[in-house]
Amino acid sequence: MGCIESMKYEILLKNASFKECRDYVRENYPDYRDVQPGFRMFDKYLIGVPPISIGLDGDIIVFPYTKPCYGTFLMRLEDAEEAKRIRSLQKPAKK
Amino acid sequence: MSENKDAVLLLGCPQVPVQTGIALYLLYALKKAGITPVIAGNRAARLLVEVSDPGRHYVGEVIDLDRCIAELAEKKRDFSYFFVFIHNDAGVSYAATVQALSSSPVIALIYGEHYKDIAAQIDFPCEKVAAKAVHNPTPLKKKIEEVLPWVVSNL
Repeated sequence: MGCIESMKYEILLKNASFKECRDYVRENYPDYRDVQPGFRMFDKYLIGVPPISIGLDGDIIVFPYTKPCYGTFLMRLEDAEEAKRIRSLQKPAKK
Repeated sequence: MSENKDAVLLLGCPQVPVQTGIALYLLYALKKAGITPVIAGNRAARLLVEVSDPGRHYVGEVIDLDRCIAELAEKKRDFSYFFVFIHNDAGVSYAATVQALSSSPVIALIYGEHYKDIAAQIDFPCEKVAAKAVHNPTPLKKKIEEVLPWVVSNL
């Protein structure tokens, strides 16, 4: 596990709103977990309006990443260890 | 009443001109009320404030925004008040985050061209101070003057 910005990632949504990111995750990732702001992912604490939805698909993790000047990016990256950790910490969200 | 109290000003992206002026004004007003202000922001936002007050008459401690959030999340630090500068969706996200991480009052300073739409997105507990201020800080300054005495004496 390392710095998110140094990892190989894909941006699914750019300059999105926190709501657009939440809706995208819930619509496209049946296995999603709702977490509170401040949830630690890799080396960062998640910023957002609760609940923050994190999508999981095998080792793939999809989550919102907020920067003050650029809004929120929905990022997709692969990390088996972190996906396992999130599954162990958070129960699947009720649909 | 405000003895040993502190307040953090969470700065947003400095693309809206009023932010730095309002931040300096708020530093002055908080100090006058006996509250120790701390600035948290990204590098550009911090530098704008620091360069604008070279004698450090108003600016005291300045910290990185990510570090501020990390210390709150790790329960290493808390503040008596959170003043969050909001002119975009990211600002709303930061305000919601500190509201979730601390039990201290959150005061959302909402400004910019789309201040009404931004204010409408905020449905979590906080005090909203909103004005259409883009280049001219006066409307937001007036709102702060109205609410700050109430905030520091009641919250």
